[in-house]
Amino acid sequence: MDFNLTEERQMLQDTLRRFLADAANKDSNTLWTELAELGVIGALFTEDYGGFGGAGFDLSVVFEEIGRAGVATPLLETGILAGGLIAALGNDDQTALLESIVDGTQQLAFAHGEPLTRYDLNHVATTATQTGDGYILNGHKCVVMNGGRADTLIISARTAGDVASNDGISLFLVDASSVERRSYQTMSGADAAEVYLNNVTVAKTALLGAEGASFYEIETQVARATAALCAEAVGAMESAKDLTIEYMQTRQQFGRPIGKFQALQHRMADLLIEVEQARSATINVCGHLDADRPLRERHVSAAKNLIGRVGRQVAEETIQLHGGIGMTQEYNLAGFTKRMMMIDHQWGDTDYHLERFIALSRAVG
Amino acid sequence: MDLSYTAQEQEFRAEVRGFLAANLDPKLADKVRLGKHLTKADFEGWHASLNSRGWLAGNWPKQHGGAGWTPVERHIFEEETTLAYAPRIVPFGLAMLGPVLQAFGSPEQCAHYLPRILSGQDWWCQGYSEPGAGSDLAAVKTAAVRNGDHYVVNGQKTWTTLGQHANWIFCLVRTNTEVKAQEGISFLLIDMETPGVTVRPIVLLDGGAEVNEVFLDNVRVPVGNLVGDQDKGWTYAKYLLTHERTNIAGVGFSNAALANVKRIASAEVAGGRPLIENPHFAARLAQVEIDLMAMATTNSRTLAKAAAGQAPGAQSSMLKVKGTLIRQEITDLTRRAVGPYATPFLPESLDEGYNGEPVGPDYATAASEQYFNNRKLSIFGGSNEVQRTIISKTILEL
Ligand SMILES: Cc1cc2nc3c(=O)[nH]c(=O)nc-3n(C[C@H](O)[C@H](O)[C@H](O)COP(=O)(O)OP(=O)(O)OC[C@H]3O[C@@H](n4cnc5c(N)ncnc54)[C@H](O)[C@@H]3O)c2cc1C
Ligand SMILES: Cc1cc2nc3c(=O)[nH]c(=O)nc-3n(C[C@H](O)[C@H](O)[C@H](O)COP(=O)(O)OP(=O)(O)OC[C@H]3O[C@@H](n4cnc5c(N)ncnc54)[C@H](O)[C@@H]3O)c2cc1C
Repeated sequence: MDFNLTEERQMLQDTLRRFLADAANKDSNTLWTELAELGVIGALFTEDYGGFGGAGFDLSVVFEEIGRAGVATPLLETGILAGGLIAALGNDDQTALLESIVDGTQQLAFAHGEPLTRYDLNHVATTATQTGDGYILNGHKCVVMNGGRADTLIISARTAGDVASNDGISLFLVDASSVERRSYQTMSGADAAEVYLNNVTVAKTALLGAEGASFYEIETQVARATAALCAEAVGAMESAKDLTIEYMQTRQQFGRPIGKFQALQHRMADLLIEVEQARSATINVCGHLDADRPLRERHVSAAKNLIGRVGRQVAEETIQLHGGIGMTQEYNLAGFTKRMMMIDHQWGDTDYHLERFIALSRAVG
Repeated sequence: MDLSYTAQEQEFRAEVRGFLAANLDPKLADKVRLGKHLTKADFEGWHASLNSRGWLAGNWPKQHGGAGWTPVERHIFEEETTLAYAPRIVPFGLAMLGPVLQAFGSPEQCAHYLPRILSGQDWWCQGYSEPGAGSDLAAVKTAAVRNGDHYVVNGQKTWTTLGQHANWIFCLVRTNTEVKAQEGISFLLIDMETPGVTVRPIVLLDGGAEVNEVFLDNVRVPVGNLVGDQDKGWTYAKYLLTHERTNIAGVGFSNAALANVKRIASAEVAGGRPLIENPHFAARLAQVEIDLMAMATTNSRTLAKAAAGQAPGAQSSMLKVKGTLIRQEITDLTRRAVGPYATPFLPESLDEGYNGEPVGPDYATAASEQYFNNRKLSIFGGSNEVQRTIISKTILEL
């Protein structure tokens, strides 16, 4: 066992932390370009696809820093989900797109969830009907993260099978400007959109991967995305914790720093214990991204469940221990508490993953 | 032991229901249920409607224009109005200042201010907290210096709820720095239209601005606006804090929020079935409901004591801690229930006059906003930590 970062990853972490220290005031386009120049997007891909990383611990190093800095970026959607799907399934023409992802000139989004999907990855009601030279897409994709800003969307649609069947799910690369979108801000300051597909025609060449056979690759990339989200949450927890400790040392009530009240000290001690648990769960999932599906997915659900619970505890406790100031939008804590809570609503919440963990454990025996 | 209400109380409940059916605009109730931002006019309209029935000041004695209800009647009213999603009664004039004036104000102050609270002519806000005086309220620094017929007030209040609508603020001010902190505080009524008063909004996590900073810069306040005696304000301040405690458990709010989350969970689909049938979610829901059922009785037990003339005292601290934890748990269930639609942030869509479509179902729009907003429940009105300290000292004698 060795829990140290490799030299390369340590360098990546240091560089990124230094860079992000004053990223808060940068507009999202500048931030994106500079992250690309730093090679951060490349860290999410293997060498085969123009990157220099792509393993679980590359993702966790990058995303922990993103979480720690509290910046909203489309790294997850562009780099991991869309980028991962293209790298895994794309033909030569399609993988050529990866170059413009790694160099920051293209942003993507993965339009998968639907109003009735909730968190089930196989629940796809959107249809793709084959025509002579392509497909016609119909459906509604909801809360598509980065969906408003993306240049290209990867849209999942059913070419066969029942609404909740693993079989029959296909993926399509679609020019985002060719579909109807309603974009809006998320609670944690990112971009998202509703995507409405009303008889959208796409060419046969838009198909990504084999027709009707994409479910397991979607699950694999969502596993990577979940690992990254867990790492991002850990980063946010660290920052929220540090801000709170600092506040407890400086805020005076009853003639002394509130950090001197034992009732509050114990609450922070519990919080520290849980944050360390969150870090370990994240290490578990990142270390098992290349494991066989049953083992990998068990860790995915274990980590996301634990992160959801601890995220809530950290959000609620750090707000509480700040008092009124913790309730304000302007104070730094706001971005972290909101991000921790919103991560619970991405790719499966605490309850969803608890049930999934039980089901997966039964299957493993 | 008898858990039933008297015939008279049941009759009263029917009367309240009848009133709500006839007078509560369903559109207004929808706004409350969906967590939309109520306008000043929404509150004022509801107050006026209650006032015309003589029900605006349930806790005031009849001689001051109140309804003179028993604690149990007040509880019934609270339960019915919250369950019908009526707007809450803005507490600052009615639940806070009114009782203080009735107990410690001069007859002239009562005659002048109380009718104006009932008629809605004045909207009061509470100027207790300051940047340096939160849990440690006695640390207030805002200074009031006597100058002839006036006090000249300098300082800053903060977290002033709905101060943007208010024309009057009751403040704790420091009139003596020579003595123990608690002994140099006075209770002063300040007209917010006086020169030197500036109100600045504070945006909270939900994107709304229900609280404010209030700056007081050489504000001249007539000495006639002092309540009771100079330097005795701490007594009045504490009286105010402990007086209106029948609703501190917020049982009515919890009932209403629980009914709402059940409605949402019936509409939401998880794994092809209504979410409410999902065993895990159903278990969460049941757990809170079980807590709430017990809480309702804990609350009634306290009410019964209050009705028998025993001041609830530190027991209200127990109601506050458990009551707010339950309310917060329900907001957590609501944000869970709406799934990915907890993510969009469109605070403008909660404002009056928004004509756009909601993103996702209408009941999802305010779910995260309410979750974050209700974190305040365990912070204000004496934080839950402060309440636990009161419990350990007063009840446990530790
Ligand atoms: C099964 C068992 C095996 C043990 N084995 C060993 C052994 O092998 N060798 C050995 O030397 N000892 C042993 N102990 C003793 C053990 O270390 C003591 O019980 C322990 O240190 C607590 O001391 P106490 O029982 O006197 O409780 P106290 O110290 O009196 O504590 C009572 C309660 O007050 C709390 N408390 C005390 N001080 C504070 C504070 N400052 N702030 C907040 N809370 C506080 C405690 O957490 C506890 O809840 C054993 C005890 C048990 C029960
Ligand atoms: C939404 C909102 C609305 C409000 N509306 C009003 C209003 O209308 N008028 C008004 O006057 N005020 C209002 N308040 C202020 C409210 O009363 C204070 O926020 C509250 O008293 C806590 O003070 P603080 O925020 O300064 O936190 P602090 O007192 O600084 O507390 C920070 C943390 O330390 C804890 N703490 C403090 N002292 C101790 C101790 N001795 N032991 C253990 N823990 C301790 C607290 O519980 C809290 O967790 C409002 C606050 C909010 C958030």
